[in-house]
Amino acid sequence: MLQQADLRDVTRDDTSLRRFLHGLPGVDQVGAESRAALLATRSIKTTAKAWALDIAIRMVDLTTLEGADTPGKVRALCAKARRPDPSDPSAPSVAAVCVYPDLVATAVEAVHGSPVAVASVATAFPSGRASLPTKLHDVKDAVAAGADEIDMVIDRGAFLAGRYLQVFEEIVATKEACGPAHLKVILETGELATLDNARRASWLALLAGGDFVKTSTGKVTPSATPPVALVLLEAVRDFAGATGERRGVKLAGGIRTAKQAVRFLVMVNEVAGEHWLDPSLFRFGASSLLNDLLLQRHKTHTGAYDGPDYVTVE
Amino acid sequence: MAPRFEYAPAPESRDIARLKPSYQIFVDGAFRDGSGESIKTINPADETPLAEVSEAGPSDVDDAVDSARRAFDGVWGRLPGRERGKYLFRIARAIQERARELAVLESLDNGKPIRESRDVDIPLAAAHFFYYAGWADKLSHAGFGAGPRPVGVAGQVIPWNFPLLMASWKLAPALACGNTVVLKPAETTPLSALVLAEILAAADLPPGVVNVLAGGPAIGAALVAHEGLDKVAFTGSTEVGRTIQRTLAGTGRRLTLELGGKAANIVFDDAPIDQAVEGIVNGIFFNQGQVCCAGSRLLVQESVADEIVTALQRRLSTLRVGDPLDKNTDVGAINSAAQLAKIRELSQSGEQEGARRWSPDCDLPDRGYWFAPTIFTDVSPANRIAREEIFGPVLSVLTFRTPAEAVEKANNTPYGLSAGVWTEKGSRILWMAQRLRAGVVWANTFNRFDPTAPFGGYKESGFGREGGRHGLEAYLDV
Repeated sequence: MLQQADLRDVTRDDTSLRRFLHGLPGVDQVGAESRAALLATRSIKTTAKAWALDIAIRMVDLTTLEGADTPGKVRALCAKARRPDPSDPSAPSVAAVCVYPDLVATAVEAVHGSPVAVASVATAFPSGRASLPTKLHDVKDAVAAGADEIDMVIDRGAFLAGRYLQVFEEIVATKEACGPAHLKVILETGELATLDNARRASWLALLAGGDFVKTSTGKVTPSATPPVALVLLEAVRDFAGATGERRGVKLAGGIRTAKQAVRFLVMVNEVAGEHWLDPSLFRFGASSLLNDLLLQRHKTHTGAYDGPDYVTVE
Repeated sequence: MAPRFEYAPAPESRDIARLKPSYQIFVDGAFRDGSGESIKTINPADETPLAEVSEAGPSDVDDAVDSARRAFDGVWGRLPGRERGKYLFRIARAIQERARELAVLESLDNGKPIRESRDVDIPLAAAHFFYYAGWADKLSHAGFGAGPRPVGVAGQVIPWNFPLLMASWKLAPALACGNTVVLKPAETTPLSALVLAEILAAADLPPGVVNVLAGGPAIGAALVAHEGLDKVAFTGSTEVGRTIQRTLAGTGRRLTLELGGKAANIVFDDAPIDQAVEGIVNGIFFNQGQVCCAGSRLLVQESVADEIVTALQRRLSTLRVGDPLDKNTDVGAINSAAQLAKIRELSQSGEQEGARRWSPDCDLPDRGYWFAPTIFTDVSPANRIAREEIFGPVLSVLTFRTPAEAVEKANNTPYGLSAGVWTEKGSRILWMAQRLRAGVVWANTFNRFDPTAPFGGYKESGFGREGGRHGLEAYLDV
């Protein structure tokens, strides 16, 4: 495995970085898919399911990223984030709300006094097609408005063209612009296409200081597929093995059901390890997932399934 | 310390198996008590009796072979392939319809995890019948000339590691080609073959086309030596295979043997490491390692050996060993006390000969036949654990430096059933596959089975192929 000393040198120049990323073990697509499918056969019932649903709620970044977002919509989302189930005070609040930078101030005000953090997408989300100064300005705006976490996008064009050092330096600059805010690095694995690229991009983001690697913007399909999640979890596991530092993983896009979420928690548990079963190291970026988690939670507690009219729609 | 995410027990209900208090042999289209002893078949996971099984005696072997001969001469041997195919399709569908019952029954009788019986054994058993059902009316196009004839009456003796699947591997091609059969399942796992006999009866298969005799080694020996047979097919140990071959020498009866193995799973330094680790685990811990083609010798390139062993140990720590009926169990029980004793004896020899033994922390149940997943490192090619088939969840790790050395070490065994090659380099896969003397070479995967793919061995792993178009040859007079 990699030694810490190796890691200091790999980002010295483009050649070293390329050599390092291309020297990572390959990912066999067929094997990764069958491993993900095998993990999906775990049967999580009764007490295990109740525990998993609660921690899944605590891992949600409740997200609205629409052109039509308004302050009213964001305030409603924040109320939901603070108290997801008005009928049951034992239901935990979610990890964060995730909004566009211009709505950060509204969100900060609305979650004030609660444990819910405010995350904001930045760096010309979702395409990332802007100059670096523009992207950094976007980040600083969001941080100045009070964002606790920044979800940046990498320059997929530069990555696919093999300009790894450029991608690396943009992440480093963004991390610096974040100041105290946590940085999640969106790889948009659907555009990177291969699992080899997902592994390389994960390592690139981790080497550049990203606190989290995140699969997708949610605007591109495919997004957080099980094999991609597997590769990201292996990357943070191996990075921790090499450096002793635990970094997080966020899955976003297409996760709508509690069943999917529980399967991903099994994967986190068995691939990265149980340390990652914590909102500080694992998140779901989602909007409709929360309501299904609440419905399933209610069913687990009462034995009866309520149906969609019994959870709130924001 | 308790794990944070403790999976609650998720047991499949044993009632689904619809266990009966007693089971009978199936001769000439009817169930009846055998003239042998009545034995209890037990659940290897807790040593409790499951059911009483009436075993066949020598007179039952005669009756079964006579019945099969009558069925061959009178009905089955003359039936058009199209009509035989209909029966096989019907049997395949019935296996699917009773899949859950068969899966639970198999796990109870054999000790294998329900995940494997449910997702591998039973679906593959149905798939073999479906596949050969399709061949039944197309034998003229199988490459054996126009209108190839069946061989006649086949005696088939199968092992305990995949009871229903091995029965299907043997029966489906035999029936598709127009042969009739006397099948003997293993003494420790007779139940699923006897339930299969119920399925055959319900499918209105003419009496005598398939006869199923429960019994021990003596009945197996009586069957394979029977003069009324035209063909013998055996899957099991190399030792018994040798005896059978001696028995049949000079009789003119045909023989196919699928015997033991000591497969090399070869990992190069440019392998997809995470997937290779999965393949190693699947190669040796699938079905508790009680697989003739198990990847029991890991040959790993020395430059990545430490990395692979560390990753393997981490992965083994997540394997869940225990109740075979729990849907989250990865490794179940060893099939019998005798097999467990053999695994223990060979593992002890590994320690005595200087290899380093490692197992993850896992609580094994107090009752039943259990053996923790085990890895031996610092294994020398001369050690018994590197040469003899253990047939258990025990992996021996050896290293190599160059591709040529990997081939030499992989082939340095009396066996030759299977091998695995792990590398991202396509040309190396082809180079290795040309040189490995094994009937199956898996590339970047292991223990993957499909009815369309021929399976069988070199050297002391036997001869003849099962599965695919090649599998027809053993049951056609060509």
